Amino acid sequence: MSMLNYMLRRLVQAIPVMLIIMVGTFLLLKLAPGDTVDALVGDMGGADPRFIERLRAEYGLDQPVLMQLWIYMTKLARFDFGWSFVHEQPVMTVLMDRLGTTLLLMISSLFFAVSIGSLLGAIAARKAYSLTDNIISTLGLVFYAMPSFFLGLMMIVLFSVKLGWLPVGGIQTIPSFYEGWDYVKDVALHLIMPTASLSLIYLALYMRLMRTSVLEVADLDYVRTARAKGAGEWRLMIHHIMRNALLPVVTLLGVQFSTILGGSVVVETVFSLPGLGELAYKAVIQRDMNMLMGIIFLSSIVVIVVNFLIDLLYARLDSRIELT
Amino acid sequence: MTAHETTSPILEIESLRIALPEGSDRPLAIDGLNLTVRSGEIVCLVGESGSGKSLAAGAIMRLLPEPRVRVVAGTVRFEGQDLSTLSAKQMRSLRGSRMAMIFQEPMTALNPQKRVGWQIEEVLRIHTSLSRKERRARVLEILEQVRIPDPASAVNAYPHQISGGQRQRVMIAMALVLQPKLIIADEPTTALDVTTQLQVLKLIRELQAKFGTGVLFITHDFGVVAEIADRVAVLRQGELVEQGTVSEVLNRPRHPYTQALIAAVPGLNPPAPKSFDTAPVVMRVEGLHKTFKTRGGILAPRRNAVAAVDDVSFELRQGETLGVVGESGSGKTTVSRCVTRLLDADGGSVMLGDTDMLKATRGELRARRRDIQMVFQDPMASLNPRKRVVDLIAQGPIVHGENPEAARSRARELLALVELSPAAAERYPHEFSGGQRQRIGIARALALNPKVIVADEPVSALDVSVQAQVLKLLAELRDRLSLSLLFVTHDLRVAAQLCDRVAVMEKGRIVEIGETATVFANPGHPYTRKLLDSIPGRDWTPPLLAGTAA
Amino acid sequence: MSVLESEIGTAPPSGWSVMWTRYKRNRAAVLGLVLLVIVLAMAATAGFVEPVDPLRRAGDPLVPPFTDWATPLGTDQLGRDILAGIFHGARTSLLIGIVSTVVAISIGILVGAISGYFGGWIDDVLMRVTEAFQTIPNFVLLLALVAILGSSLQNMIIAIGIVSWTAPARLVRAEFLSLRGREFVEAARNLGVGDAAIIFREILPNALPPVIVFASVIMAISILLESALAFLGLGDPNFASWGNMIGAGKAVLRSAWYCAAIPGIAIVLTVLAFSLIGEGLNEAVNPRQKKS
Repeated sequence: MSMLNYMLRRLVQAIPVMLIIMVGTFLLLKLAPGDTVDALVGDMGGADPRFIERLRAEYGLDQPVLMQLWIYMTKLARFDFGWSFVHEQPVMTVLMDRLGTTLLLMISSLFFAVSIGSLLGAIAARKAYSLTDNIISTLGLVFYAMPSFFLGLMMIVLFSVKLGWLPVGGIQTIPSFYEGWDYVKDVALHLIMPTASLSLIYLALYMRLMRTSVLEVADLDYVRTARAKGAGEWRLMIHHIMRNALLPVVTLLGVQFSTILGGSVVVETVFSLPGLGELAYKAVIQRDMNMLMGIIFLSSIVVIVVNFLIDLLYARLDSRIELT
Repeated sequence: MTAHETTSPILEIESLRIALPEGSDRPLAIDGLNLTVRSGEIVCLVGESGSGKSLAAGAIMRLLPEPRVRVVAGTVRFEGQDLSTLSAKQMRSLRGSRMAMIFQEPMTALNPQKRVGWQIEEVLRIHTSLSRKERRARVLEILEQVRIPDPASAVNAYPHQISGGQRQRVMIAMALVLQPKLIIADEPTTALDVTTQLQVLKLIRELQAKFGTGVLFITHDFGVVAEIADRVAVLRQGELVEQGTVSEVLNRPRHPYTQALIAAVPGLNPPAPKSFDTAPVVMRVEGLHKTFKTRGGILAPRRNAVAAVDDVSFELRQGETLGVVGESGSGKTTVSRCVTRLLDADGGSVMLGDTDMLKATRGELRARRRDIQMVFQDPMASLNPRKRVVDLIAQGPIVHGENPEAARSRARELLALVELSPAAAERYPHEFSGGQRQRIGIARALALNPKVIVADEPVSALDVSVQAQVLKLLAELRDRLSLSLLFVTHDLRVAAQLCDRVAVMEKGRIVEIGETATVFANPGHPYTRKLLDSIPGRDWTPPLLAGTAA
Repeated sequence: MSVLESEIGTAPPSGWSVMWTRYKRNRAAVLGLVLLVIVLAMAATAGFVEPVDPLRRAGDPLVPPFTDWATPLGTDQLGRDILAGIFHGARTSLLIGIVSTVVAISIGILVGAISGYFGGWIDDVLMRVTEAFQTIPNFVLLLALVAILGSSLQNMIIAIGIVSWTAPARLVRAEFLSLRGREFVEAARNLGVGDAAIIFREILPNALPPVIVFASVIMAISILLESALAFLGLGDPNFASWGNMIGAGKAVLRSAWYCAAIPGIAIVLTVLAFSLIGEGLNEAVNPRQKKS
């Protein structure tokens, strides 16, 4: 069978997960004190009971719970996440406005964490139990214990307050102040500290995983075979060890992606980046439940899409996976 | 054989000593090994597990896991050159070109992510300056020589896409592609089925003779030795106890250890048939069916439904042993799991007394389980590592409502029955050797006073000397307690020794069933004949040695 | 007959002392244990350091550390004693870390055991639910739960438990999948042992060691999650919390960065302690990973 079929099957598998998340967000909304109409009325500064009654009927809130669930799910399926009374806009519009910043932060953090992490891990494993390994491994443990917000604040103290090298926060200096390459440079400069503070924990994680993985693979029979063939250390590393040792790293990448996305809440708040995470924090503070559920739903979709792409990558990397 | 004496030695090992890390069961893995391999001869290094035979191979290739395990004394000379004086780079240029290695487990010895052709070609890429095209041609040629069907497409296959036997042929091709002077083969056929084993042994013999290669062949199996060796060296706990030509060692062993090892090899002449016609039938299996379905999703409907057991019928009488023999994938293990209902069969009946095990309700089944007990293959995995031996043995009776104290004191009696000391009761499984664990497993099965014992390859994980003891114990207990045994095995020698009747299975079906002596003497089915012809060392009858063994 | 089958010599010492000997060999792991003991001691003696209320005003605002003996680590912008905050914060962190780990591991064992042992549609359903929980970014879900349940200490513990059970569930499931086909489990089934007894008496004890090792990781993550919530001002305002101290310190970062740095170091050391202990336990449980 073909790649296309494999892709289709993976997508079909995601449907029940998506449905469970829909039901879950609905339950959370039901659990939350107050409903849409309460929020709306609160927004208007009060209304008479008959008007409230009519509004409830209009939003389907007088229907049985299962009916409400159905209405809710059909809306979600059309990416209609409702109205934000805080932003006075449809939730979807606000989300789309913010998605780009968060994705940019995700991509740069992941790239940094995976590439540097695997490289350091591989070096540590090849020099296992030496001074180099001890230094790398100890640094890894310290990074792993470092809360991102604390790291972020300390970097602000050092690089912005004391040294004045990097901007304290935001995604660009003044909106549309720069153009072309200058704009790219400006955004990149703003992203250095957020990326570093978000990715360091994951860098440590991938590093430790890669170290274990390389040590494990280096002990396998086929590496011994390659040695018996007369292969040198570089050839062993590149052709026989790395390729196989990277597989668990790719798997973890999929598992970890949603956690990293969650981590952006704190980092975006620390650096005032206008992304989904900062939006989620504000939504909680302002009790904008529609917005919060919209974020949960949209980020779940992002996670599913990313996991799908990672699965495809894995299938390409591991010849044992038959695309049938 | 005298021809080899005249050729110059390729490999000379002199008083080799290999040290093990501190805290091992002994300080030296190999102590004072002397061995010579000449071109064109096959020298078998024989030993039981833990004898240090594989580490000797590692020392020759200088592939020991140093510094934990290292050579502390002695010399290894290859074509007259002391290998310890070579630099790492010089050593690399020898490996794969002048000396090569074949490993035991061809699945794990090949890189799963690289195509077969690439992996053979790698040897050429490392050691020669052939062009891409020349390399490809050479790879095809060597694949042809190891008789891989359709080499042109095998080149592009990944290791998991070809069979175990073919993988081992690829390993051989990889070792031979540069026609080395020395090949070290470390148990190269142990992981293979008996028919494949014979083919691979023949192939090694043929190519070795053709290229005049010297082979150091490491094995634990005297049948294989008889099949392939010119000369034999026997290792015991790192010490060389005996060395000589194959006929000297196999037929006139001098050292008591060699004598005991050879005495433990089961002969191929089954005992005279006993008649069980008058004994009552304790288990009757009829039309047993089991198909494994691979589970698919919405877009992947069920596929590859393989009949693992297909219309299997037999009966087992009191006191009788029925052997179920076959190669891997023949369905013999599935039969053992279906009759005990550890797996649910798809059809047929298993009558145990008046109860059909396959249709029994949960309650009936629990009660009936007393009558049919199992002894498992892996002596490590079949005992819960976190339970004391006495609790392991008493568990069955306690589950069936016996007083725990009474069950435990009976468990202690059972230990004596399986010839273990009563002190064993309070210990944990990991404190015992493989053979002792298997005795514990037998005691557990006996604790419920079963009528039938289903033994699934109970001795295949054991060394040959231990194997003989466990088989003897099983036979004794069977006769004393008039048990019926359903004995699943891949090893025809073992079957010949213990079984009154055998059922030969192929692809889920019983192709032949009858008295062991009859089947072995006059196989009725071509597959049975093929199996019997593939037994390594079938032409060699272990000598009856006075003063040793049973 | 025992000529060939070598008798087994002295019995090795029991499991715990072997584990401890292996654990001791790892100096980093011992350091982790020492750090943990220090944090535990801080939590235990918090009442002596500040018997009344760590959140009360103890002196002038923004006293730098090591300048006044009444407040050795200085005060924050509201004049609260930082040392008292650190000691009482240790209580909060450990309490939340330990209890929510127990919650997460319990849910994880239950789901993973049932899923792995029974397989089939039960496994399918439970795994889809697990995937759904893993798909929602855990911190966003945590925010939503705290927003809905309110942020009392008890609710935070429940919420952290709810967002952390998936990883142990998968771990337990994988262990069960590999153990349920083992011959000792088949042996127990063949003796007529029931499902519940097989799950809890035969398989679980053998599946537990990696779960216990993993518990230290969850402990570390729980502490990080709590501190992040508190940092955002969503923690329980009635308890001293390191995260909350850092959050408050953010406002005076330019002038008095120590207000954020001191509690930050406390978090790093505590989480480091759990990570080091986890590594040590892992090596003690799987000794073959260590080479030299």
